[in-house]
Amino acid sequence: MARYVGQRLLQMIPVFFGATLLIYALVFAMPGDPIQAMGGERGLPIAMANRIRAEYHLDQPFFVQYWYYIKGVFTLDLGMSFQRRPVFDIIAQVYPTTAKLAVYALAIEGILGVAVGLISGIRRGGIFDTSFLAVSLVVISIPTFVIGFVLQYFIGLKAGILPATATGGASWRALTLPAITLGSVSFAYVLRLTRTSVIETQTADFVRTAMAKGVTRRKVVTGHILRNSLIPVVTFLGGDLGALMGGAIVTEGVFHVNGIGHTLYRAITRGEPTTVVSIVTVLVIVIMIANLLVDLLYAALDPRIRYAK
Amino acid sequence: MPSDTTFADKPSLDQSHFCADPEKTKLGAIDELRTEGPISSFWSDAWRALRRRPLFWISVFLIAALTMIALFPGIFTSESPTHCELGRSMDPSTSGHPLGFNRQGCDIWARVIYGARTSMTVGILSALFTALIGATVGQLAGYFGGWLDGILGRIVDIFYAVPIVLASVVVMQVFRDRATALSVVLVISLFAWTPVARVARGAAIEAKASDFVTASKALGLGKYAILLRHILPNSIAPIIVTATTSLGTFIVLEATLSFLGVGLPPSVLSWGHEIANAQVTVKTHISVLLYPAGALALTVLAFILLGDAVRDALDPKSATR
Repeated sequence: MARYVGQRLLQMIPVFFGATLLIYALVFAMPGDPIQAMGGERGLPIAMANRIRAEYHLDQPFFVQYWYYIKGVFTLDLGMSFQRRPVFDIIAQVYPTTAKLAVYALAIEGILGVAVGLISGIRRGGIFDTSFLAVSLVVISIPTFVIGFVLQYFIGLKAGILPATATGGASWRALTLPAITLGSVSFAYVLRLTRTSVIETQTADFVRTAMAKGVTRRKVVTGHILRNSLIPVVTFLGGDLGALMGGAIVTEGVFHVNGIGHTLYRAITRGEPTTVVSIVTVLVIVIMIANLLVDLLYAALDPRIRYAK
Repeated sequence: MPSDTTFADKPSLDQSHFCADPEKTKLGAIDELRTEGPISSFWSDAWRALRRRPLFWISVFLIAALTMIALFPGIFTSESPTHCELGRSMDPSTSGHPLGFNRQGCDIWARVIYGARTSMTVGILSALFTALIGATVGQLAGYFGGWLDGILGRIVDIFYAVPIVLASVVVMQVFRDRATALSVVLVISLFAWTPVARVARGAAIEAKASDFVTASKALGLGKYAILLRHILPNSIAPIIVTATTSLGTFIVLEATLSFLGVGLPPSVLSWGHEIANAQVTVKTHISVLLYPAGALALTVLAFILLGDAVRDALDPKSATR
């Protein structure tokens, strides 16, 4: 196991540098001159623009800039935003909200998805199964922002059961509709994945053996079928964290959640390369750690992974 | 095989293929094999499984209809989508304008019809491009293995670590108002090819270990010839399945980018724009939002159903029912 962990950690290094370089190259290619844009319509005096450019290392060649940026990432100094606020502080302020939202969404899609998928798989072909398969297809087909608007309109505004926006602060109650929206598509995927997995496991030899031994139906379902069906679901949920971070851009916009997605979107549209790069880097690091944890969990769940070279 | 097997109809001895005389050899069971009729191949089996599924025909019908709408929108509406009069802003439906008018006073039905082309183009081209990139990278990595697999594998990991919505929002900024459907396709393809690559790599590794590849090698067939003649044809089914199932998500991604204002410029009709514009009036007229959203959902649904049906036909192991 230690060997496996070491191997995975070593593999992360090139991925980290590759991903940050990729992001940096993408943002570096952004058009327009953000420094001139800071001065509004009249623009800045040349001397002042040059001074600011030097401060952000924007006058240096690409790889020198990348070097300063990587140095900053490791010393937790992510530079200043164009509003003269340390980017690290901005991220520290909005990140907890997004983390809360993502965990909430992950919990909804994970618990509901597995529960519904398990029942569907066991009662394959029944009314429950058929109707939830149809529901999952519809949910996958509708873009997240439309689901957001529909929930906001019918539950938030018309029925008034839950807050329609999270402008008043990111309480669990205010984040309920955004979390349902954010997790909806993945809920459908988790449902389908669990269902397929349960159907496959149901016919496995060890399940038949357990039944033949006289193990109760309940114990076979929870101890044998569910546990073995969870392996692909865990992998999916871990990989889904990245999709949730991306989805946060849309969901936080619809529900006015002051999270990292919203902050990132504003930074992109304003053309603030330093802020964009820093936020995306933090997100990529979070995703990489999540993927690593999932791989380790996966290896713990399934010994075959650990011992295969 | 029991030796006293009897046969309902014994084959005649003048068959074209070699066949031992069942009277003499008692190996007659072999003649239970059907030797007449067309040879059943993998693809003909898949087609037989596919055409029995009603959901397949529903999706084919929907996609055919959407293709017609995308190619010849003029057949379905005589109204121009860009003919807008503020005087009829938010007017309800009248004859000739079944869905009424939006805030700018444009005919909603016409705008929904003309928006199909963008979604269809982006979805189909992105699926095609991701399949091409992913198949090339995955097949090379899986077939050659070694250091090439190591490098390509890390590249896949790098692209996998960057969420596609984030990455495409950042890159689409480069195009700003100069974005076309093709630039959206290229950006989507740049970040969405990794799942196909993983599938193509696995399929290549599996095919490489098969006996017919060893036989071809022994017969002196070259590396690239084996790759093209044996590995690729045996990997094509999972590649098609992955590309088809992801087609719907590409359509959603384009709508999301346009909705966020970083996709196509407002001059290009896209359901994403229509939904973004309807956002302003959502509290009073939610139907204006629901029409383009419904069209979008129906299109995505058609491709998801097609993907499911194709997967069940080509990959019986993963059958959903």
